Amino acid sequence: MSKAVLMQGNEACVKGALKAGMRFFAGYPITPSTEIAEGCAVELPKLGGKFIQMEDELASMAAVIGASVTGTKAMTATSGPGFSLKQENIGYACEAEIPCVIVDVQRSGPSTGLPTSSSQGDVMQTRWGTHGDHPIIVLSPSSVSETYYLTIRAFNLAEKYMTPVILLMDEMIGHLRETVNLYDDVEIINRKQPDEPEGNFEAYKAGENLVPVLPVFGSGHYYNITGLTHNTWGFPTNNRKIAGDLNSRLLNKIEKNRKDIESFEEYLCDDAELLIVAYGGSARVGEESVDMLRKKGIKAGMYRPVTIWPMAETRLAELSERTGKVLVIEHNNGQYVHEVERVAGKKVEVGFIGNISGSYILPTEVVKKAEEMYYAK
Amino acid sequence: MPSELVKREMRTENLPHIWCPGCSHGSVMRALCQAIENVGLERKNTVIVSGIGCSSRAVGYLNFDTIHTTHGRALAFATGIKLANPDLHVIVLTGDGDISAIGGNHLIHACRRNIGITCIVMNNTIYGMTGGQYSPTTPTGDFGTTAPYGNIDKDFDIPLLAASAGATFAARTTAYGIAQTITVMEKALKHKGFSVIDVASICPSYYGRRNKKGDAVKMLQWQKENSVPVKMAQNMTAEELKGMIVTGIFKDVEEPEYTEEYQKIIEKAGGKR
Ligand SMILES: Cc1ncc(C[n+]2csc(CCOP(=O)(O)OP(=O)(O)O)c2C)c(N)n1
Ligand code: SF4
Repeated sequence: MSKAVLMQGNEACVKGALKAGMRFFAGYPITPSTEIAEGCAVELPKLGGKFIQMEDELASMAAVIGASVTGTKAMTATSGPGFSLKQENIGYACEAEIPCVIVDVQRSGPSTGLPTSSSQGDVMQTRWGTHGDHPIIVLSPSSVSETYYLTIRAFNLAEKYMTPVILLMDEMIGHLRETVNLYDDVEIINRKQPDEPEGNFEAYKAGENLVPVLPVFGSGHYYNITGLTHNTWGFPTNNRKIAGDLNSRLLNKIEKNRKDIESFEEYLCDDAELLIVAYGGSARVGEESVDMLRKKGIKAGMYRPVTIWPMAETRLAELSERTGKVLVIEHNNGQYVHEVERVAGKKVEVGFIGNISGSYILPTEVVKKAEEMYYAK
Repeated sequence: MPSELVKREMRTENLPHIWCPGCSHGSVMRALCQAIENVGLERKNTVIVSGIGCSSRAVGYLNFDTIHTTHGRALAFATGIKLANPDLHVIVLTGDGDISAIGGNHLIHACRRNIGITCIVMNNTIYGMTGGQYSPTTPTGDFGTTAPYGNIDKDFDIPLLAASAGATFAARTTAYGIAQTITVMEKALKHKGFSVIDVASICPSYYGRRNKKGDAVKMLQWQKENSVPVKMAQNMTAEELKGMIVTGIFKDVEEPEYTEEYQKIIEKAGGKR
């Protein structure tokens, strides 16, 4: 069963979250993400869920983690300045392995920047915004429909891998209106709980896929949660062996399950002689550019990472080696392009088009640059 | 040998604790265990939340569902826990720096919401964990490693701050007056709404040494000699109250509690809990 509904990207995010089972939202108003908080304020109490407007983004992130330890699926949404404020507690959720979803609807920065303009300037911040080596999963939708389904996937991955997941949107997608086909039968993953009887519990022991089974608070399985390096019972320790093991497990929990986490889309790549790489909002520009190039007789294709971190590198490496020419387009000054260069290797020519004016890259600019690369010796 | 109370309520395998000899954090933690038992809180429904600091390390020793959060944010985490599951008893353990400097904003907003959380501040008027810097409760004129010439900041009075921000229960006790601390904790734990207890505490290692207050025994003796009950303080002048610790319950009123009010929103919206 499915039903087609016209909606905005931010609305699709709320609908997706509710479908995934979100029952707690904490946030602080900021353009261009505010509609997500407003939607949650309306919809959550109808389902017995909770919405709270906290005093700032630090508190919102903290409250979301607090709600999650009680077993409630929880989300927050923000943009640039607020995303910066959330970083310390995002790192806490990585270290303490508390599932939650953080939506960043990107606006143009730095600082207060251009609050109502689209951007992709936070893509590296989603990877390295919080201090220390840490695992992270980031998904970026290119359409309203994909926003709906990726929000559900974000919750599923968070619960499955006991980790925060960032849904990286751009203003362009957050405020876009498109039709979404809402299917009834979507996979929903819920948090594993222990089978053991009540009592003190060794919560941070590696379980299936290196993921621990953390009992929800109030279930009678007592343990400690901390952002300090801890042993398998959750108690702080300075033991270097235990610290190394914990940090390795945290990274490997994502690294060893990349196949399950990674996702990407290809557009006309089979016979492509030039590869465009774009994600989120800029992939819409990329797709149109491919069509225009094809009309001009240039066999262009597009590779679009949907899971931004970790990136599906194997396929990108294959495609870039085969075409030898890769053009990356992003609405920033060149962030993800360095990842693409790393994966493509030295033998591949990697070009870049960016935009930091708060406006969009035009397909005509992409076509011009692609033609230059294509016809160059 | 740990006492029966300690065996029942603490994670004895994690003892001895990390605190310095003479630090009062241990006796405040023990007082909380006693108050929890006296009130009869069920272990399964009790969650203890802390921030960062020497005081906040207490959660590692308490055999409950415990969460040691980030510096200053314990109340914001606790707000998420309480709102998501109002059936839980949520207790926050924190220090003066944690709650009134970096966490000051969360403190006033938790007070304003009157959310059903009990917040126990182990107020030693110094940053112990980081080695003795001045905090928002360090008395003006006192010394810290970052106030080598004397502190020029004015200090916060936490119960008064909390009461005026909307907390419905605000009190102060001392580490010396453990019996009173336990009774006031019991009242706070039974209180519906946001309750704050400022427990005047001692850090002999840093505050004590820098300010030439003597050892732990001397510092506790000083607390004993310089405490005034709040009732008596009402008839004293500001001059007479200078340097004194006013103890007792400053505010104890009943007002709508946040999670109960939210339940009404759910009913209005047609949802079920
Ligand atoms: C964001 C952040 N800033 C600073 C610190 C360093 N830090 C750790 S504990 C602490 C002060 C704790 O003082 P207080 O809350 O008074 O507790 P005490 O140690 O005295 O019990 C500070 C500044 C930190 N951990 N995190
Ligand atoms: S430094 Fe001060 S607060 Fe910290 S454990 Fe030692 S005496 Fe206690």
